[in-house]
Amino acid sequence: MSDTPYVPSSKFGKWFNDRLPLLTLSAHLQDYPTPKNLNYWWTFGGILTFCLVTQIVTGLVLAMHYVAHADLAFDSIEHIMRDVNYGWLLRYIHSNGASMFFLAVYIHIFRALFYGSYKSPREVIWIIGMLIYILMMATAFMGYVLPWGQMSFWGATVITNLFSAIPFVGEGITTWLWGGYSVDNPTLTRFFSLHYLFPFIILGLVILHIWALHVPGNNNPIGIDIKKPSKDTVPFHPYITIKDLFALLIFIIIFSGFIFFSPNVMGHPDNYIQANPLITPTHIVPEWYLLPFYAILRSVPDKLGGVILLFASIFILLALPWLDKSKVRSAVFRPIYRIFFWVLIIDVLALGYVGAMPAEGLYLLIARVGTAYYFLHFLVILPFLSRVEKTDPLPLSISEPVFGGMPKPAMMKSDKKNKNE
Amino acid sequence: MDKLEKKTNRRDFLFTASYTVGAVGIGAVIWPFVDQMNPDRSVKALATTEVDISQIEPGKSITVLWRGKPVFIKRRTESEILEAQKVNLNELPHPEKDEERVKKSEWLVMLGVCTHLGCVPLADKGEYKGWFCPCHGSHYDTSGRIRKGPAPTNMEIPKYEFVNNNTIKIG
Repeated sequence: MSDTPYVPSSKFGKWFNDRLPLLTLSAHLQDYPTPKNLNYWWTFGGILTFCLVTQIVTGLVLAMHYVAHADLAFDSIEHIMRDVNYGWLLRYIHSNGASMFFLAVYIHIFRALFYGSYKSPREVIWIIGMLIYILMMATAFMGYVLPWGQMSFWGATVITNLFSAIPFVGEGITTWLWGGYSVDNPTLTRFFSLHYLFPFIILGLVILHIWALHVPGNNNPIGIDIKKPSKDTVPFHPYITIKDLFALLIFIIIFSGFIFFSPNVMGHPDNYIQANPLITPTHIVPEWYLLPFYAILRSVPDKLGGVILLFASIFILLALPWLDKSKVRSAVFRPIYRIFFWVLIIDVLALGYVGAMPAEGLYLLIARVGTAYYFLHFLVILPFLSRVEKTDPLPLSISEPVFGGMPKPAMMKSDKKNKNE
Repeated sequence: MDKLEKKTNRRDFLFTASYTVGAVGIGAVIWPFVDQMNPDRSVKALATTEVDISQIEPGKSITVLWRGKPVFIKRRTESEILEAQKVNLNELPHPEKDEERVKKSEWLVMLGVCTHLGCVPLADKGEYKGWFCPCHGSHYDTSGRIRKGPAPTNMEIPKYEFVNNNTIKIG
């Protein structure tokens, strides 16, 4: 995005670039002007790309040893764990990789919520990101079914049965999804096929996500529009690449901690029992990253109602750019939104906690209050707040508060009319 | 002017006809790719199961697998039958008489699948002494009818018949 178009230095480079401008693309990625005040919450995009590639590579080699058949799948996982060279390592990277992927994506999403990265002109980035998130959940769910343990089987039964709540066509849809009258071999083989496909769709969406990001450029912690390139920006390489790499290193250390010291802490012991269609485990829980939605599902005493709220809680996020109309992006300058942001975090964590607990007594009450608050936050608080909140004055540039001393009030962008005039 | 109009109409017809044929063709090609996911012939072939029930004592039940789903066959005691029959239908979320749910009042044959999200309920548990689903807390009575919890309907009764006094054919 420099002012002069890129021209390769070598003759061959120029010949090639005239026919396919790959070198122009790589020059763009290097020079890409990035706000100089990006903090470490902005490193999770790179970390997530790493997670996706890790899952694809480990998944590719696991598929060389895994057998997708109801009678053989469980044993083939044990075969990978015991017989295949480094099979234990590859499987533990893949299974813990899913959890780390979701950990990173939740931080990435909440970063966008705090700094208003979903707001104009970045709505399309946000929507593509949410589609990636939904596909991630589908992929992770189907991947969890493949070991064909008790949790795999009963998790698959409960989740596919969600569709049976749809009036009239629900039964037909579940039978179609199962390829039979219950979760069985046909279900397993199609889940394997789709589990292999979806990551590549995600990869395609990630490319669109980054493309859409490079049109307006990055948001930044103070959430103001900046001139690009200017003294407020730095080139992506080497400034951001090195920062991203450092954060990635820390992330990989934590990731390795799970792989080598507690590889099963995020799994469930029942999944080391082979699937049995006659016995339901006493307590079915999904993987931790789906727990808040599971709590929402269980908080409603009506089947269809629970399913509707579950899907609504996910799809409501797609409408977020139009629910929060505040012109000020960053929560740094939104004193009241900032409080509600943290309340939402506590709400989601509480929902996740009760999602793992039995649906009764106090847990059920917390789940109901939490669910009500979740929708209240997006449907009432955000639209209302964006009208009445008195935001703090915005600086004119990233450099201004540092180099310009205290900004003159008359120069400030603010919601209120300048009083000092 | 007249000629021009005619030409346009004729072209419109050709466009519409082409689009229609194209849409039908695309639909016809997509359908096999969708329908291949429906239950295949080998799955449908496993449609019936015969069960020997001579060894079941009163108050006991067995679970057999039919079409990959558990079927409860329960030999009910007098008190359980009585309890199931005397329930006021107005109290039921899904009103069904006990007599409509059994062929012989001693034998309750039903799909052991919770109508909420498909878990297998546990026998002789819950507030109505019938079944209790541990997944999301649905309580069923001694006739397998939903009494409390998120499940929308009573547990389903499969198609079955008594081949003789000791054998049931499900499906």
